[in-house]
Amino acid sequence: MQTDPTAKLQGKPGAAPTSVARRKFLNSIAAAAGTGCLLTLGAVMAGRPAAANPAQALRPPGALAEEDFLAACIRCGLCVRDCPYDTLKLAPFGDTVANGTPFFTARQVACEMCDDIPCVKACPTGALTPKLNDIHEAKMGLAVLSDHETCLNFLGLRCDVCYRVCPVIDQAITLENVHNQRSDRHAMLLPTVHSDHCTGCGKCEKACVLPEPAIKVMPISLARGKLPEHYRKGWEEKAKHGGSLIGDQVEMPVRGMEGKAYGDSRVDGPAAGLNSGWKP
Amino acid sequence: METMRPGAEAVRVKGWFGAHRWLILRRISQLTVLALFLSGPWFGVWIAKGNLVSSLTLGVLPLTDPYLFVQSLAAGFMPAATALIGAAIVVAFYALFGGRLYCAWVCPVNAVTDAAAWLRRRLGLKSGRVPDANTRYWVLAGSLLAAAATSSLVWEAVNPVTIVQRSLIFGLGGSLAVVIAIFAYDLLVASRGWCGHLCPMGAFYGLLGQKSLLRITADQRGACDDCMDCFTVCPEPQVIRPALKKAGQDSPLILDRDCTNCGRCIDVCGRNVFHFTHRFDQRSDS
Ligand code: SF4
Ligand code: SF4
Ligand code: SF4
Ligand code: SF4
Ligand code: SF4
Repeated sequence: MQTDPTAKLQGKPGAAPTSVARRKFLNSIAAAAGTGCLLTLGAVMAGRPAAANPAQALRPPGALAEEDFLAACIRCGLCVRDCPYDTLKLAPFGDTVANGTPFFTARQVACEMCDDIPCVKACPTGALTPKLNDIHEAKMGLAVLSDHETCLNFLGLRCDVCYRVCPVIDQAITLENVHNQRSDRHAMLLPTVHSDHCTGCGKCEKACVLPEPAIKVMPISLARGKLPEHYRKGWEEKAKHGGSLIGDQVEMPVRGMEGKAYGDSRVDGPAAGLNSGWKP
Repeated sequence: METMRPGAEAVRVKGWFGAHRWLILRRISQLTVLALFLSGPWFGVWIAKGNLVSSLTLGVLPLTDPYLFVQSLAAGFMPAATALIGAAIVVAFYALFGGRLYCAWVCPVNAVTDAAAWLRRRLGLKSGRVPDANTRYWVLAGSLLAAAATSSLVWEAVNPVTIVQRSLIFGLGGSLAVVIAIFAYDLLVASRGWCGHLCPMGAFYGLLGQKSLLRITADQRGACDDCMDCFTVCPEPQVIRPALKKAGQDSPLILDRDCTNCGRCIDVCGRNVFHFTHRFDQRSDS
């Protein structure tokens, strides 16, 4: 040891520097440091499970990305207090959501997408970023029609409830018309979410009539897939460049389709394969 | 020492209220702070919104806990102006009036640890293993380092002070376990263990109020009859000796940053040795 940290302290008149006193002092410092480090380590361990937000808990509008949010949100609950619909809650001690941070559970109370976004205005730190001034730009999560087997519209019925409650109807969620192969004479109107418009407000999940919703709003990181960087979509490139980048394709004849424009695969009259033979 | 309870003489001389004056005022202050936060959710009268970590009073006055603010900085985030202003106001106030005024007059955990200390005295418990009083500074440093290392406010996952405050104000569950843990720790393991040795929040406020104007003075120390009552009730008894016994200082002022300005020493002294005063008052009877 080059310098003795206790030398100064014990150099004071009256405090006789003895090696016993010095050892005691160093011991107590070591014990304090040890206990302090242990406590902090405990806190880190205790805080770890909450580092990733559970799928059911959505952050308020404007919330920074989860890692940044956990550094920025001081857990004051001002956003919770100013939400007029009691959508937001603070996570209690022992919850899976980081202790004291605001969240909401779509199935219980969805976000009403207030025009003036009072929760964001209330936040003193900017953990809910003031850059969000149009609620339609919010990305609280992304709705996912997660269960095709129970969604009533997928069963060929007309439910459409999620579609109709959506505050961004016909943009965030549309009904895509698809031939119902089972009955062969109906359409299926499949609720389809578009990520560029969905705000993750959760109204669709809240409104789903099933005992367990077939459409769920999830944190975006959980909901979204990712294409490889090098992928290009041919039809987009074509539109961008005013023509196919790889030139016109060789047209191969398709048997039974003679006399039809290339690419038109529609079958005239009752097609054998699709007719179920059903008679009224 | 089962002879007399501390303060018995003070009660005889000054009456029960006289001997509990500052204690009662402190409890009123702690309850008032809570009530200001609860009047909104309970009765729709919004005075203070938020919690003790950050609040907005009457829609105009922002207050932010500087310790939380600093943790956020350590985690790599610069909070917005409102929080900055709020923290500046709080820092200015406690730098002037004594950082640990917060502990004695605002923090709700204080009532819990006071109760544990009281029961410990009544039961005559002497057992236990008390950590070094400097441990709190290591926890303080550790909490900031941990925030920097993980880029998140990890200490807030376990910080009993904010957990208890938030639970009281927002009616959240899950805090009773924390209260019981602190109470049991102080009662059975370490005398004044949490507030006096571990709490990094108390340490932070202590550092903040190092040079504060408001101070306790033992100006009538000549009258001291060594009954030791002040040492018994003081949550940080080590701070009294230099002023009362001229150990290492001549001034009658209690200058140690750990003094919480709780005034219990004033209450409990049958000889009126202690008083509130300001930092430049050097009057003394001996
Ligand atoms: S936008 Fe409105 S309803 Fe949604 S969380 Fe904010 S305050 Fe609540
Ligand atoms: S107002 Fe901001 S800092 Fe306070 S709890 Fe809400 S998000 Fe966190
Ligand atoms: S969460 Fe559902 S209701 Fe809300 S915008 Fe997205 S699709 Fe619409
Ligand atoms: S030391 Fe900590 S817990 Fe104790 S009164 Fe002060 S802030 Fe509250
Ligand atoms: S010295 Fe007096 S005012 Fe300071 S903490 Fe002790 S009892 Fe309280």
